[in-house]
Amino acid sequence: MTTHHDTSWAAETEPPAPTPITPADVADAARLVSFGLQAKLLPARDAEYAELVRRHREDPPFARLADAVATGMGLVVLEVSPRAGMAVAAAEDSLFAVRMGDYSRRAASESTDRFLHGLAHLAVAAMAFPRPEDLADDGYLGRITVNGVDAFVRQACRRLEEQADAEGANTDPQSDAPGLEAAWRVWARRTATGATKDARRLSGSTIGIVAKAVLFLVDSGFLQKVSDDSGGTYRTTARYQLQVRDLAGSAAMAELLDLGVVPVSDGTASLLPPDTADELVADAGLPFHSL
Amino acid sequence: MTAIADPPTVPGLRPTAGAAVPAARPAPGPAADEGLARRLKALACTAPLHDLDNRKVNLAGEYGGYAMAEVGLAAIDLVTLHMDFDTGADRDIVLARLLPRVAAQAVGRPAAEHERVARWVLESLINVGSVDRGFRAVYGTFGADGEYVRRDYDFKLIEEVPGPDGGVYLRTTDEAVNVLVGALDTDVTSAQIAAEVKLEVLIRRGRLADAQLAAEQARYRTVQYAETLRRALDATRRNVRAVDWMSAIPDLIDEALDHIADRYRHENAILTNIRKARDEAEPHTAEGAEHKRRAAELLDIVKDCIRRHTKLQTRLLEAGPLFRAEQDRQAFATPGARSGIDLYGQLLAPVLRLPVEQAVRPTGAFFAHGAGLRTPVSVRVADLVDLLLTPPVEREHLGAELPDPDLVATPDDSRFSEAQLEAALVLLDLPADAPRRLSGLLADARKQDPDLPYLVALLSVHAASPPVGTAYRQGEERLLFAVDDGTPLRDPEFGGADLIVGSALLDAVGMAADRKDAG
Repeated sequence: MTTHHDTSWAAETEPPAPTPITPADVADAARLVSFGLQAKLLPARDAEYAELVRRHREDPPFARLADAVATGMGLVVLEVSPRAGMAVAAAEDSLFAVRMGDYSRRAASESTDRFLHGLAHLAVAAMAFPRPEDLADDGYLGRITVNGVDAFVRQACRRLEEQADAEGANTDPQSDAPGLEAAWRVWARRTATGATKDARRLSGSTIGIVAKAVLFLVDSGFLQKVSDDSGGTYRTTARYQLQVRDLAGSAAMAELLDLGVVPVSDGTASLLPPDTADELVADAGLPFHSL
Repeated sequence: MTAIADPPTVPGLRPTAGAAVPAARPAPGPAADEGLARRLKALACTAPLHDLDNRKVNLAGEYGGYAMAEVGLAAIDLVTLHMDFDTGADRDIVLARLLPRVAAQAVGRPAAEHERVARWVLESLINVGSVDRGFRAVYGTFGADGEYVRRDYDFKLIEEVPGPDGGVYLRTTDEAVNVLVGALDTDVTSAQIAAEVKLEVLIRRGRLADAQLAAEQARYRTVQYAETLRRALDATRRNVRAVDWMSAIPDLIDEALDHIADRYRHENAILTNIRKARDEAEPHTAEGAEHKRRAAELLDIVKDCIRRHTKLQTRLLEAGPLFRAEQDRQAFATPGARSGIDLYGQLLAPVLRLPVEQAVRPTGAFFAHGAGLRTPVSVRVADLVDLLLTPPVEREHLGAELPDPDLVATPDDSRFSEAQLEAALVLLDLPADAPRRLSGLLADARKQDPDLPYLVALLSVHAASPPVGTAYRQGEERLLFAVDDGTPLRDPEFGGADLIVGSALLDAVGMAADRKDAG
């Protein structure tokens, strides 16, 4: 076992002979998981981490051991690779999961704020990976700006408003049933930004909400700051792509399907509201429910 | 007898007419109902202004002397006029411009109070206290099944938007502009044409007071038009696929460019007309002086319109290249082997359509699985003591310290010295009525300095295409020019044409006057 990071290791395909698991192996596996928990750390920056990742890829018993340690701790392993390290995500109700109430105190009590904070995270992802190909392409680096995300959602809201106007629908919510208000109105209604006494960002404004989401994602090792332009410019990391592609996107989609909404896609980018035609495209590759 | 005279009010007395007869509706039909709702909404937009005067008694102090609604309308006016294509209006500028009016309303009061009133009015119009920073009015309509429904109408008058420098700027909303200009629920283009035809007629008849009003209205509409376009271009910049580049946007841009060309011609014609009116007015009579003053004001407004149009046009011309660059970047990228989820089309857009109580489920799921993980902190008592005893970090007001830049003197690598340039310019300082051949100039130069002919030749060739536009803008009085009349140059060092080099006198005074008028 060498400690320096050698890039030619992929060529060595000779599998090592199976050996019994020792406590040292378990310690190494747990060490790998603990590296994975430090989301901002990359194997390229740490020789020990790189070595453990290499071992995970080449030594199947060790890989199974490390995966088992992670699962036992309430973690889901998304990928183990030199580019993303050991990408782990919190399983539902795990000790590591983030709860909305801890994330934002206002969101704990106000359902509209809970929605806005969740939507901000969804919008950041949608802006970072505008096309399905971007989400699928491992080499893709997304780029977002805080102001851009807000403007992007506002534009989508405006389209919906125009559409409702064209249909002659009255979208003003009923006073006694605020929960029936269309979701886009909640974002459109909220102020984009606001002057505060101490020159900080107004936390309740939509830009403030997006900024909070972005900063949180930076701490999660999902985004990296590029510059301060347009309220902060960030680019995505491999981990974020994995998280969105393998976990968050499908979780939200499942909820949506559960609500009886069947978003249809032919696998090409829409960035326009999907066509409401009922025909399913053959190679859509998504679990559709027909209603 | 009453039952016969007034049957519809007592339908219960006439069972033969059938139980299906509905109760009388106060509104004659859905169309009238909608019209009523629209008017109620328009009325609601004025409520914050009335509210200003009602709430001023709650302010600590003596504020009865201020007409708050007037200040409020003036504030909306100022924000609308200072809104730019890219950013909104600067809050400080708006406040500063608002102060004279506030001060005039209560002359004897301290300036700090005037400032407080201006700030209070502006913040009230933004509605700073509320989380949405907007207003809400409740109105009632009848549903399709005749059921009475109360609905919330949310609107803003002045909204805060982010500026490119990270600051917060103000913009008036469509609602505010409509309230201000007066229920203009019409097509922007046609409204503008109407206003301008009216303006021309008014100017021809010499009714400048009315003409000014019409010009101001035309300017509001110009602002509205620019705002519509700004949104469309903004969306284009963000994402090519978010807008229809096949027909909608090219049509919009063509239309806007036509519109600008048209307006520009129109406004220039108006400009000439008013200028005439201004210059021909008799300044010695009171009426003539008033006429002159009004014409001058009108001139300013029309000039501002032209300025706004020019700016809009620049943006429109940039849109095409921007689209192509974005398309290269996005559409021609090699497609991946796998297909991912279309986050916008399959998640974001459908979620936005849902009622908010349902939409919170998918967004919640996305947050729970997409925000990443946090390692829980386990606290030891020893750490806790340290933690509690650490003084709070004082917030940095000044920001990070700027590093002093290391300046390195760049070596002077110019080919010619200042003295040589001086000498060349003296040689080329020719009288206006006596141009010279380049060959003669080169010979003169060679006598002074062997390097000088290069500089003279360079300056002469440069003068073959004289910067007339720059000279015009800078108000220069003379300009060096060079003309090729076909005579070949015979010189040991240089080849080409033996240019005729001379000076042209420019009418600086006339140009200055032109520039002033063209603004």
